[in-house]
Amino acid sequence: MRVTDHPLLPPLRRREVRFSFEGREVVALEGESIAAALLASGERVLRFHERTGAPRGLYCGIGHCLECRVWVEGVGTVRACTTRVEDGMRVRRAGSGEGG
Amino acid sequence: MRVDAVVIGGGPAGLTAAAELARRGANVAVLDENPVFGGKLLGQLHESPDGHWWKGWEVAEGLEREAREAGAALRGNASVWALEPGWRVHVADALNRPGQPVVYQAEVVLVATGACEKPVAFPGWTLPGVMTVGAAQVSTNVHRVLPGGRVLVAGIDPLALTVARQLALAGARVAGVFLPPPLPANGAAGDVRSTLARLSSLARLAPTPWLRLAAGALNSGLVRELAARVDVPGGVRVWGVPVFHRTALIEAVGDGRVERAAVAPVGPDGEPVARLARWVEVDAVCLSGGLAPLAELPATLGCALASEERLGGEVPLHGPELEASRPGVYVAGDVTGVEGAEVAMAKGRLAGLAMSRRLGLGVTDAELRAARDGLERARREAKIEFYPGAREAHADLAARWRQTAAAAAR
Repeated sequence: MRVTDHPLLPPLRRREVRFSFEGREVVALEGESIAAALLASGERVLRFHERTGAPRGLYCGIGHCLECRVWVEGVGTVRACTTRVEDGMRVRRAGSGEGG
Repeated sequence: MRVDAVVIGGGPAGLTAAAELARRGANVAVLDENPVFGGKLLGQLHESPDGHWWKGWEVAEGLEREAREAGAALRGNASVWALEPGWRVHVADALNRPGQPVVYQAEVVLVATGACEKPVAFPGWTLPGVMTVGAAQVSTNVHRVLPGGRVLVAGIDPLALTVARQLALAGARVAGVFLPPPLPANGAAGDVRSTLARLSSLARLAPTPWLRLAAGALNSGLVRELAARVDVPGGVRVWGVPVFHRTALIEAVGDGRVERAAVAPVGPDGEPVARLARWVEVDAVCLSGGLAPLAELPATLGCALASEERLGGEVPLHGPELEASRPGVYVAGDVTGVEGAEVAMAKGRLAGLAMSRRLGLGVTDAELRAARDGLERARREAKIEFYPGAREAHADLAARWRQTAAAAAR
């Protein structure tokens, strides 16, 4: 749920960018983190635990805990909370067989 | 790359220090892991007693502009992974972009790495949708995406209450602010009495009559004792958000994401009564376990550390001009104790001046004295006290520093 109408924050005027997550197209706003863009599209599961397969998502939001690892084509494993979305980015869940 | 000074961390302390250094002619690089500068300022939004809103991102913009205009080089997406004597600062690209390894060599280095949130572990804490209050703040105010439509906050402290209010402002329904899960690993945070003591430290920020009254009253041990025994059905409203100071979060469940959270009343000893638990429908749970200084880099250099719970944990032992125990290494901001943005800026100014002096850039005694006074004043006037007793803790640390320095001189 995007915060568009807010009494104190500045108006939300950001360009739309498009990226894919697990092959599905996601429309995001420029400057958003991958985690925020996915959350806005209703997706909270960023990866599955390597051993137990349990779903994991955003936890600390500042790049410290590394729970939000995702895999970006051509880049490798990054933190979804500190990495900004870019047009044409292809994102998959970390550990979902990307080989990295 | 050879520079006069490297500043690690581009938050309120680092940016202020960098501006101070650059203004005096130092060649200074500011490194931050985030692509944007401002650190924790970026998500901050709270109301002062006079009705003025502190908008952290506006403060951050001002500090960044000052640092850039003074001539500091700001480099984002830069993760510092090692600090070696010399001082050599090893940087990795946070986005894994190809390129040569980057190493800065500096005469002086400032560690302004800030703090991180302490984890709160309980059954269900790894479910997607369960996150820290800091993550919720950044998501809501920086990225402009709510963590959920119906949110439960666990942890009763200044940060948790502030974020609960921010969530409500942004349009989320806040089901309530509850005590954190009362597990031994979570320390004293869930104990009812210590929670009330901590709440009393909000006195200077309290804009609502209830909180002002309560904060004053809670300074009395007797009232605190009574409050610990009296439950308020429906919670006590703080900034329009219900606070349940006698009910703790005990579990989060859901299919692939959090869907419900169990809360149970606790006795004055902090033990939950599980048979009285009830379920709350939520799509996000935000946890507050307090903040801890990020002192790993000075620790790897062998800088002396001091364990000080009133400052959030282990902090680098430091002198009156924010010098760490290795000459040429300085510390500023929340890494020296969790005290908030305005105190961090005052620390940054002092460190920037002290570093400039070490670089021989003509800093007078009067300027340094004014910066030390400025830090004292910022501490006295701080609107949020994250941990009660921070000023006393700094006095104790200063005494330890003098003892250590005296021992080294003998």
